[in-house]
Amino acid sequence: MIAFESVGKTYPDGTVAVADFDLEIASHESVVLVGTSGSGKTTLMRMVNRMVDPTQGRVTIDGEDVAATDPVALRRSVGYVMQASGLLPHRTVLDNIATVPVLRGTGKAQAHERAAELMEVVGLEESMASRYPSQLSGGQQQRVGVARALAADPNILLMDEPFGAVDPIVRAELQTELLRLQRELRKTIVFVTHDIDEAFLVGDRVVILKPGGHIAQIGTPEQILAEPADDFVRSFVGADRAERRLHLQQVAGREVVVDASGRAAGVLEQGGTP
Amino acid sequence: MSWVSANLDTIAEQLLAHIAQALPAIVLAFVLALPIAKLANARGWLRGGLTGTAGLLYAIPSLPLFIVLPLMLGTSIRSPVNIVVALTIYGLALMVPSASEALRAVSRETLQAATAQGYAPWARFWRVELPLAGPALVAGLRVVVVSTVSLVTVGGVLGVPSLGMLFIDGFQRNITAEILTGIVLTAALALLLDALVVLGGRLALPWASGRAPRRRTAPRDTGQEAAR
Repeated sequence: MIAFESVGKTYPDGTVAVADFDLEIASHESVVLVGTSGSGKTTLMRMVNRMVDPTQGRVTIDGEDVAATDPVALRRSVGYVMQASGLLPHRTVLDNIATVPVLRGTGKAQAHERAAELMEVVGLEESMASRYPSQLSGGQQQRVGVARALAADPNILLMDEPFGAVDPIVRAELQTELLRLQRELRKTIVFVTHDIDEAFLVGDRVVILKPGGHIAQIGTPEQILAEPADDFVRSFVGADRAERRLHLQQVAGREVVVDASGRAAGVLEQGGTP
Repeated sequence: MSWVSANLDTIAEQLLAHIAQALPAIVLAFVLALPIAKLANARGWLRGGLTGTAGLLYAIPSLPLFIVLPLMLGTSIRSPVNIVVALTIYGLALMVPSASEALRAVSRETLQAATAQGYAPWARFWRVELPLAGPALVAGLRVVVVSTVSLVTVGGVLGVPSLGMLFIDGFQRNITAEILTGIVLTAALALLLDALVVLGGRLALPWASGRAPRRRTAPRDTGQEAAR
């Protein structure tokens, strides 16, 4: 479990990135922090592995204050996937994936063996093992980034706009893959994005942030769509957008879901959720 | 060319003396420039000052420096040590600014990513920052190599053995072959050492050469070009 307890971050120049933030994230849960730039979402996530230290309050992992841990050891125990993958350009794919196990003292051969397994898990061909990151496509680089984050089998996975730099088709593919992985691995995931659709897709719970790290609303995607807390949330999630406002029409004896501009979105299945 | 065949021993001697002065100066300049550049980058005010000072150092005329250094170091005027020290100073003047630039050009995102994976500060410097600055460091080192090899010859004026002695002696005694031998060998040595640096860089930084040896064309994710 990860807990933020009245956490704040004020920079030396007086900028308040996060004012007073409380949140508990249960083990095996995936929580998405979503907000515009300046909402402090990345700052908050980076407090978990001490890439940022809060100036107020504390962050705990399973009850233990992270400020009391060795930051280097902490970072090796928390998976981290960043935008544009953050791979080391001078290391091959296999070496990149093996980074954390090697840093933790696992023998190179064993680390490479594990890395090869992970390549399969994230859907990378074996032939890519000896390539350098610059020789991969954006989507492939992100897969390597995910494999690297999983290499030391961490309980916690931090994902900082991991799919922000790839095109929509590849992004959708990677999102689906992440959902599949999460069903198998059940990590505790903190995911940061500015894309509300991605947030609703990936998150068990979604935290919508206003500038300064103020929580506008926390809830499951369904709760947020059904009951937006205020106008900020309503406009952020696009609750008034035509494609979010669906109604039913009877067509040929079946119930067709139609959005506010009259476009057919799909057919209603009997019996609720599949 | 009969002069050459008659004086092979002298030529070899001067060539070795030349290398013995150039190599330590090149290595020292490179090794010392790294911590200085690293420190300068960490302190903004120091960086401006240091790169400015470095430029000034290079403006010191070499002959007076070769004469002043023995007084400061307590060495004899013909000691090769003076030359090594003076050339290290010139090497630093070239290498500190380019090392500073090379280290600054390493992507901050990549360094942050390395920190986030759990690299301790020193390990990050040695295993991530330094290798990534490698190509630019090699470029800077190449300039130092060529400059140092040619500057060693100035010591010849003072009677410090080097290939410079050949063309100084050749001028005084009007032996064209000796002058040419000195000049050609100096240039050849500079080119050879430069080639060795390039080769060393290729071997140490295989990822940096545009066409990495293991590159293969293979199916890629859709929309890869658009993603860039």
